[in-house]
Amino acid sequence: MKLLQSPAVRVGLSISIATGLYGVSFGALSVTSGLDFWQTMALSLLLFSGGSQFAFIGVVAGGGSGVAAMGAATLLGMRNGIYGMQINALLQPRGLLRFAAAHVTIDESTATSTGQTDPLEQKRGFWTAGLGIFILWNVFTAVGALAGGALGDPKQWGLDGAAVAAFLGLLWPRLKGREPVAIAVVCALATVLAVPFVPAGVPILVAAVVAAAIGWFSHGRSDEGLEPDVDPYAEHPHTHPQGDAT
Amino acid sequence: MTLWMWLLLSCVLAYGWKLLGYLVPASVLRDPRMSRIAGTMTIGLLASLTIVNTVASGQALVLDARLGALAAAGIALMLRAPFLVVVLAGAGAAAGLRLMGWS
Repeated sequence: MKLLQSPAVRVGLSISIATGLYGVSFGALSVTSGLDFWQTMALSLLLFSGGSQFAFIGVVAGGGSGVAAMGAATLLGMRNGIYGMQINALLQPRGLLRFAAAHVTIDESTATSTGQTDPLEQKRGFWTAGLGIFILWNVFTAVGALAGGALGDPKQWGLDGAAVAAFLGLLWPRLKGREPVAIAVVCALATVLAVPFVPAGVPILVAAVVAAAIGWFSHGRSDEGLEPDVDPYAEHPHTHPQGDAT
Repeated sequence: MTLWMWLLLSCVLAYGWKLLGYLVPASVLRDPRMSRIAGTMTIGLLASLTIVNTVASGQALVLDARLGALAAAGIALMLRAPFLVVVLAGAGAAAGLRLMGWS
């Protein structure tokens, strides 16, 4: 019970519930993109990184090949390596623990941990968010996959629109300032221009090359776009009216 | 079967990135150019995935109900709605527009 007094554990638990819940949308979108139940579960259990998972099914849904899906998912997973470096410096997990820590190194667990100053709290925050999300994300992925399969025509329910919204929702928190917005616009334009000329899935990789070139030649802040896509320590996270948003 | 293969390979590579952060000496990855590229690529890929899912249909560009989903999601995000509400807004807009006859 003493653990529940820990601020990092509390934040970790609440972000686990919030993030875990949207596993429903991943599960439902995945089966309507053409993956079967076990392929969907394999992504949540083994790949376990929301952005990359949505990228994989997003490419498949657009008719792209398995290689293109893998390319997009893998490029999007690169930032987890940077997070791993940060967590390794903070927590210094040893032995087998380090292999477990690597698996749950994602936006949310990194944000929960790095938002604390006390080393013990950093450790608690990382593991609470990491393991909590892993469990709930997988449970709700299964729920979504089973529900999505029972829906019938996905378009009738606007599930293709849900995918659009999901990607915009993942992108949004990273658009702080002028440079990230410019990068997003340029990459979106490059994508649209590429669509008629290359096979489905490839335009996303074209955009990745454009983005990498911008990163290579620009001199902006080195962590642009690398803030985890959540801020678990926002003081009043959801106080704005949401009633008319649905 | 081949989709399974690419899927499992994606899982291995995703874990590989994560583990790399723990195993490689920090100095190797601390190159500011590397982390800048990781950042710009994350933004670029998400922007690309957003627009592809909005206007692409195979190799054709089409304007349909998904455009309404994009707008609805944008509005929800500006109102600081939580992720799940944003997704529901997108689905609701696309489904609603189709009900009204805009494919």
